[in-house]
Amino acid sequence: MSDYVVPAILLGASLLALYRKENSYDILLGGAAEGMRLLVSIVPALVLLLTAVTMLNASGAMEVISSVIAPAFRFFGIPPETALLVLVRPISGSAALAVGADLMAQYGVDSQIGRTVAVMLGSTETTFYTISVYFGAAGIHKTRYTVPAALLADFTGFFMACLTVRLFF
Amino acid sequence: MVMSWIFTGILMVSLFFAAILGRGSELAAAIPTGAQAGISLAISMGGSICLWTGVGKLMEKAGLTEKLARLLSPVMKHAFPSTRQDPLLAQSLTGNICANFLGLGNAATPMGIQAAKRLVDPADPTRAGDEMCRLIVLNTASIQLIPANVAAVRASLGCSAPFDILPAVWVTSICSAGLGVFAAWLMGKVWRHE
Repeated sequence: MSDYVVPAILLGASLLALYRKENSYDILLGGAAEGMRLLVSIVPALVLLLTAVTMLNASGAMEVISSVIAPAFRFFGIPPETALLVLVRPISGSAALAVGADLMAQYGVDSQIGRTVAVMLGSTETTFYTISVYFGAAGIHKTRYTVPAALLADFTGFFMACLTVRLFF
Repeated sequence: MVMSWIFTGILMVSLFFAAILGRGSELAAAIPTGAQAGISLAISMGGSICLWTGVGKLMEKAGLTEKLARLLSPVMKHAFPSTRQDPLLAQSLTGNICANFLGLGNAATPMGIQAAKRLVDPADPTRAGDEMCRLIVLNTASIQLIPANVAAVRASLGCSAPFDILPAVWVTSICSAGLGVFAAWLMGKVWRHE
């Protein structure tokens, strides 16, 4: 059943655009070209960050860091293997993608950890980046409770990602 | 600047632990492997990124953004009371949320910034009001119909059903965004100073 959701969304959007007499193929082409520019713009960051992440893993540092914070993570039911992703996710989108891809490859894309990582990536945002862009543009200095509330939302995302993967798979 | 510190920090930590644990050769080998992994990842998810950016544009032109905005308007009036007097604010706010939902990051940010600027309190322009905080918290919690990038990474690693995480992603997103906004509302009641 769920196999048909994404193809149906694809067809639905095309049909709706045609119904509204929009040139759907041209729109798709324009969007794909924009996607290509987006891809090119993140490649340098992916190369640098995957180099750093691969080094961190090869050095054995990740095992040590994971084992140190494992009790705190286990308390909330979050796999300690995802520690680096949890730390990096609110700061940098491309770093999170690099760490996430590395974890999925390492533990298997359909493993419990692999799926948890995917749900974490898909349901959270680059919190600090977003906050700095918006408050910077609006000229806000007194941010009040925005950061704690946003970090609480992130934490809920990480926690719920583990829970939903355990429940749904 | 933050990334320079993080990058240098990771290198320092890696070298430190490799030296202690005697993993020098693994560390050296990781450099070319990691750099190549960056390119491989970009290539393997490139097709999906291009396709879904296109589909996002298509959904926008097909009028899905407007339909969503109409669906959202009763909720918006409660979550952001200022939208009742300011139709331009209502437009950029709902536009921001809908674009995020459809995965159009490039379209969402300018509209969100426009909304944030209209929410600035002229009496104290450097202080974030309650509605401003709520808007930012909502933007830091992603609510996305199709997380195309993640699905692309999964597909590139040989996953046979890269979209099977969708229900889990939706439930997780709704919980985190809901709790974030609820917490912001609650903190707004208490956080009166500053």
